Amino acid sequence: MLNKKTVAIFMSVLMLLSLVLAGCSSSSASEESSADGKKVIKFMHLWPEGSSNAQFSIVKDVITEYEKEHKDIKIETEILNPDQYREKLKVLASSNELPDIGMTWSDGFIQPYVEGDMLAPLDDVVENNPDLKDAFIPGVKESYAVDGKTYGLPLELNISYVFYNKEIFEKYGLKAPKTFSEYKKVVKTLADNGVVPATVGAKDGWPASFWFMYLADRIGGSTILTDVIKGKAKMDDPAIVKAAEEIQNLVDMGGFVKGASALSNDDAKGYFMNEQAAMFLTATWELPNYTTSPDVTQEFKDKIGYFKFPTYEGGKGTDINSYVGGPGVGLFVAKDSKVQEEAKDFVGYLVKRWGEKSVVDAGVIPATKVDTASLDLAPMYIEILKDLGEASNVTTYFDTQSSPAVSELHHDLVTALFGKQVTPKDFVKQHADELAAEKK
Amino acid sequence: MKSVMSNKWVISLYVLPSLLLILLLIYIPIVLTGYYGLMDWNGIGKMKFIGLENYIELLKDTKFWQSAWHSLLLGLFSTLSLVGYLILSLILASKIKGANFLRKIYLIPMLLSSVAIGQLWAKIFDPSNGMLNRLLVLVGVDNPPLWLADSNIVLYALFFPIVWQYAGFYIIIFYAALKNVPEELIEAAKIDGATPIQISYKIKVPLIAGVIKVMVILAIVGSLKYFDLIFVLTGGGPNGASEVMASYMYKEAFSKYNFGYGSAIGFGLLIICIVATWIIQKLLNTKDVDY
Repeated sequence: MLNKKTVAIFMSVLMLLSLVLAGCSSSSASEESSADGKKVIKFMHLWPEGSSNAQFSIVKDVITEYEKEHKDIKIETEILNPDQYREKLKVLASSNELPDIGMTWSDGFIQPYVEGDMLAPLDDVVENNPDLKDAFIPGVKESYAVDGKTYGLPLELNISYVFYNKEIFEKYGLKAPKTFSEYKKVVKTLADNGVVPATVGAKDGWPASFWFMYLADRIGGSTILTDVIKGKAKMDDPAIVKAAEEIQNLVDMGGFVKGASALSNDDAKGYFMNEQAAMFLTATWELPNYTTSPDVTQEFKDKIGYFKFPTYEGGKGTDINSYVGGPGVGLFVAKDSKVQEEAKDFVGYLVKRWGEKSVVDAGVIPATKVDTASLDLAPMYIEILKDLGEASNVTTYFDTQSSPAVSELHHDLVTALFGKQVTPKDFVKQHADELAAEKK
Repeated sequence: MKSVMSNKWVISLYVLPSLLLILLLIYIPIVLTGYYGLMDWNGIGKMKFIGLENYIELLKDTKFWQSAWHSLLLGLFSTLSLVGYLILSLILASKIKGANFLRKIYLIPMLLSSVAIGQLWAKIFDPSNGMLNRLLVLVGVDNPPLWLADSNIVLYALFFPIVWQYAGFYIIIFYAALKNVPEELIEAAKIDGATPIQISYKIKVPLIAGVIKVMVILAIVGSLKYFDLIFVLTGGGPNGASEVMASYMYKEAFSKYNFGYGSAIGFGLLIICIVATWIIQKLLNTKDVDY
């Protein structure tokens, strides 16, 4: 009897132990070097082979190159989808286990990480590397700066244009508009003929915000939205109210696809790709669809042109070469990394090689200057890279610049603005209240 | 062995592993959620203790109460739809031809993931190219509703896919319960001249009352914490017109990085669910019928 009892107790203790052990086993400190004595740099990025093949291959090739040049370094990658990546990074940050190198977005995204003292400043990487010193397009790197120090080096840059279907425009005798009143005429003609003038995925907020940001830029001048975030201008500035009003005027004219506030960006894009809508205001990340992507017919690609967002009569933003855009992802180096110096060196190397490869291989506009003369590129790329050289200003997306809370509210409010569930006055007031609450 | 099993220490030792698991996975996170609700925390940096501030703000937050009202409406709608499921199950259980086949058809939506269902219904609800509006235009409706884009009807439009999604689950449980009603009772009623409707209403339904109660609780509590389809289809919009408690919590915690406030919402949601369950149990607290 006693024997059985002992067995029973023994079994339960064993069960308990295994439970406890199972809970512990996963956490182990990150090793400094691998078995063969090489230094290991952990690199987490968000371009999986399946969904971002071109980017994945570039990174993989660059790593192979780098490892060949630096025999003592081994770079281990961990790859996640962008959404999973965001979540995982946050979890890793809260337990202070960031990878040596990772990807980050600019402004509002990077801020809490810098405030949490988790990232290493990268200014020295740029300063000490002659290849990088003047390589960046002005203003882009600064989006990753907090208090004058740069914590991320940008890889991508996107600016927004109105892409349009030339065939539909020709059919109704229309020309790409240069001013907003011309744009309204275009809208009217198209709407009168039962064509959807512009498609927009207002459900997601940010695609609709492109319209708002451009109108604010054209009416209130190119610095107005940045000033609002920095507290130098007021959200209830008449120019911003005017921008919101103009959006609702366009909605009233039938200027956007029906029920836009329930369409995601992908849904909205479908209208443009199926030639059911004449215009689509989006960023240069869509360029492959209009130039190189094998999934789109050449017939469609030939029909697509683009124009710069029209200027507004009487507005302060008179320069059509002022763009709304923003850096995409950039690279960071963790402050607690045990291989910080090596990691920084690789980041510099990757940024440089990325700039040389990304346009041709992935159709991505890099944040570094590109020498178009030596590259074999689709004409639309060459034109846009030329535009970038002439750009007077690139205003970073309002929702990227602002804090997560303001950004989320902004998305909700722009959706409501397009659905006419909020008045322009109320639209700016709710923004102003949230911004004021944050300043406290 | 008997003496071993009657030893309280041994019993607790056997219970311990599962108890630990439940504690670890359910009760400790609940307590932690309540605790995080006391903090000002962005999920990344340091936490700051701010006492009951989040909870006080929650009580005053009109957006929260609006989303709670939407959740409650969804609960009412789900409960009403139970009547429909019950009638369907009664028909299915009354030995009609192809009952087995139909049962499987009703179950299919249960087998799809919510995101897939969301994508499917997004296509159906699309304002211009959607199946639903195309159909309406075909039969001569000039300006069909915009469904998900119209803040007045979006909530009701969302109820249909949600109800459709869970139909199979409720039907299969009702069906199983009805199959357990003793055949002799029904035979006896038939001999006494009861119509099929009388048999259903007076014999079958009272006999499965216990199951119905459980289903009502499941439907209401499930609705109160409902999230998936709403998040996929509208994300709570436009302008908060389809926001429910869980989607509001997600937004605060994961989009706005207000982990503290998000936790407070989560805790509020838990309390509302507990209160709702308690009220329903009180309301339905009648004796089970037994023949």
